[in-house]
Amino acid sequence: MVLHAHVTDADICNTACYRGGVYGNDFTAPEAARTAPADEPASFRAILVEDGRVEPRDEMPEGYRKTLVRQIAQHAHSEIIGMQPEGNWVSRAPSLRRKAILMAKVQDEAGHGLYLYAAAETLGVDRADLLDALHSGRQKYSSIFNYPTLTWADVGAIGWLVDGAAIVNQVPLCRCSYGPYARAMVRVCKEESFHQRQGFEILHTLAHGSQAQRQMAQDAVNRYWWPSLMMFGPPDDDSPNSAQSMAWGIKRFSNDDLRQRFIDMTVPQSEALGLTLPDDGLAWNEERGHYDFTPVDFTELFEVIRGNGPCNEQRMAHRVGAHEDGAWAREAAAAYAQKQAQKQAQRQAREQAQKEGAA
Amino acid sequence: MSAHVDYLLGLADDALVSSQRMGWWISRSPQLEEDVAMANIGLDQLGQARALLTHAGAVEAAGRDEDDLAYFRDERDFRNVCLVERPMEDFGVAMARLLVFATWQHELYGALSASTDATLAAVAAKARKETAYHVDHARQWTLRLGDGTAESHDRMQAAVEAEWPWREELYDAGTLAPELVERGIAVDPGTLREPVEARLDAVLAEATLSRPDVAAAYSRGRQGRHTEAMGYLLAEMQHLARSHPGVTW
Ligand SMILES: [Fe+2]
Ligand SMILES: [Fe+2]
Repeated sequence: MVLHAHVTDADICNTACYRGGVYGNDFTAPEAARTAPADEPASFRAILVEDGRVEPRDEMPEGYRKTLVRQIAQHAHSEIIGMQPEGNWVSRAPSLRRKAILMAKVQDEAGHGLYLYAAAETLGVDRADLLDALHSGRQKYSSIFNYPTLTWADVGAIGWLVDGAAIVNQVPLCRCSYGPYARAMVRVCKEESFHQRQGFEILHTLAHGSQAQRQMAQDAVNRYWWPSLMMFGPPDDDSPNSAQSMAWGIKRFSNDDLRQRFIDMTVPQSEALGLTLPDDGLAWNEERGHYDFTPVDFTELFEVIRGNGPCNEQRMAHRVGAHEDGAWAREAAAAYAQKQAQKQAQRQAREQAQKEGAA
Repeated sequence: MSAHVDYLLGLADDALVSSQRMGWWISRSPQLEEDVAMANIGLDQLGQARALLTHAGAVEAAGRDEDDLAYFRDERDFRNVCLVERPMEDFGVAMARLLVFATWQHELYGALSASTDATLAAVAAKARKETAYHVDHARQWTLRLGDGTAESHDRMQAAVEAEWPWREELYDAGTLAPELVERGIAVDPGTLREPVEARLDAVLAEATLSRPDVAAAYSRGRQGRHTEAMGYLLAEMQHLARSHPGVTW
C-alpha cells in the first residue's frame, strides 16, 4: 500500500516514536534518567551509528531498556485490549463469511500481543508482571479502545481507520534499533495491512448497499475519525517524550508528521468509499503538498486517558475478570506440569539405578 | 425437506452453534495462548458449518445459501444436538464439552470420509484432521484440570458431571432415515458409541476423574426441540442479518 512508500530514509530508527505514537497514549515522563550520549556504552552507540540492531545480549543504557520495556508492553496491552471492541461483534456478524474474517482478525490481535510480550521478555521482564501492571493501571493501553462499537459498521471503521493509523505508526518500527521489537513489527505490520483492507472492504460494501447500511457506515466514520487522529498523540510541542526521543536520536517522525501522513493517505480513500470525513476544514493545500485540516481538540483525549472515556471501566473489568476467572486453570496447568516433571525425574532416577545395578 | 438435507443440517448446525459458543471465549480465556487456540477451534467449526450448510443448500436445490440457512431459519428448524447450545461460560465446562463433542466429531468424520455423498466425504476428510487437534487440545486441558490442583480437580469433575448427560443424543438414531445409512450417505450414530465412549473413559481415567453415573438428559435437538438457551443464542446471532433482509454485507 501507499503507506510503506513514505518510509524511505535509513536513519537510526525510533524506539521511542511509539511513545507518542503507535497506540499513542503514553506521555508520562519515563522513570529512567535520561542517558546523555557520553554515558552510553561505545558498542551501543556504534550499533546505532551503523543502523544496526541492538540484540538482547548487547550492552545498552538502562534508560533505553526501560523505555523499550514500557513501550513494547503498552503496545502489547493495546493489542489485547483491542480484541474487545471488535470481539463485541463476533456473535452478531451479519454473514458467516464476515464472522470468520472477524474471528480471525481478533485472533491475530491476540497473536500480536503474544509476539510483543515475548519481545519485552527479551529485556528481562515477565509477561505476568507486565499484565499485573496493566491490570493495576500502572501501564496504559491505547485510548482508542475506550470507545464503544455501537454498530456493525464500527468493525469496518476500526479496521480502516484504527488499523490504518496503527500501520502508519508501526511501519517505522519495523526498522527499530531493538532487534526483537523490529522483527515482531514486521510480522504485525503485514497482518495489520490485511486488517485495514478488510475494514475498507466492509465500509465499501455498506456504502454501496441500502440507505440504512450507508448511514451506518457514515455514522461510524463520523465517530471514529477524530479519535483515530488522536491516536498519534498530542502535538509535538506538548509531547515531552518526543523531544527527549529526538534528543536521543531515536525518534525520526514526529506525532504531527505521522498524523499528517495518515490524513494524506486517508482522504483519497474516503473519496473512493464515497463517505465524508467529519471535518469542514479538510482541503488540499497545493503549496504544502498536504491536506489542511482543523486542529484536533485534545481535551477529549486527555479526558479518556484520565479514565473518563466511554468504556475505560468496561475494558479493564473485562480484562481483569478474564484474568481472575482463569487463575484456577493457570494454577492447575502449573501444578500438572510440576507433577509431570517430578514423575519424569523419578523415572530417570529409577532407570539410572537399574543401569548401575546391572553394571 | 429431504432426509438427506436434514442430516446435513444436523451436522452443520452442531458445528455452527458450537462455534458460536466458542467465539465468546476470545478475549476471555485463562491466557493469551488459549484465546488463540479457542479462536482456532471456533474458526475450524465455523468452516465446517459453512461447507455443510452450502452443501445442504445445494442438495435442497431451493436457492438457499449458507447465510439464508444460518440466519433465516427459526429455532424449531435448527437440527443441532442440545449438547452444544447450552451456556458455556466456565472454562472447565468448555473443555469437558469440547472433549465430548470433538471426540464424537472425530469418529463421525472418520466414518463419513467414506460417505457415498462425495461432497460430504470431502468435508469430512478435512474436518477429521481439524477435530484430531481439537480432541488433543481438550484432552490436554482435561488432564491439567483433572490432575492439577484440588480445586481444579473438583471443578473439572463438576464440569464433566454437567456435560455427560447430554452425550446420549449424539448416539441416537431416532430421527435418522434408515435409508440414508443403507445408501452409504450417513453413518448410524449408534455405531459411534463404543469407540467414542472408550476414548472418553481413557481420558477421564488418565485425568484422575471419575466417570459420571448420571441419567441421560432429555435432549431432542435433532427434532428441533431445543433448550431455552437456544432462542437467546439465535436472537443474538441472527438479529442484525434479519434487521436488513436482502442486503449484502
Ligand atoms: Fe494488531
Ligand atoms: Fe489489527
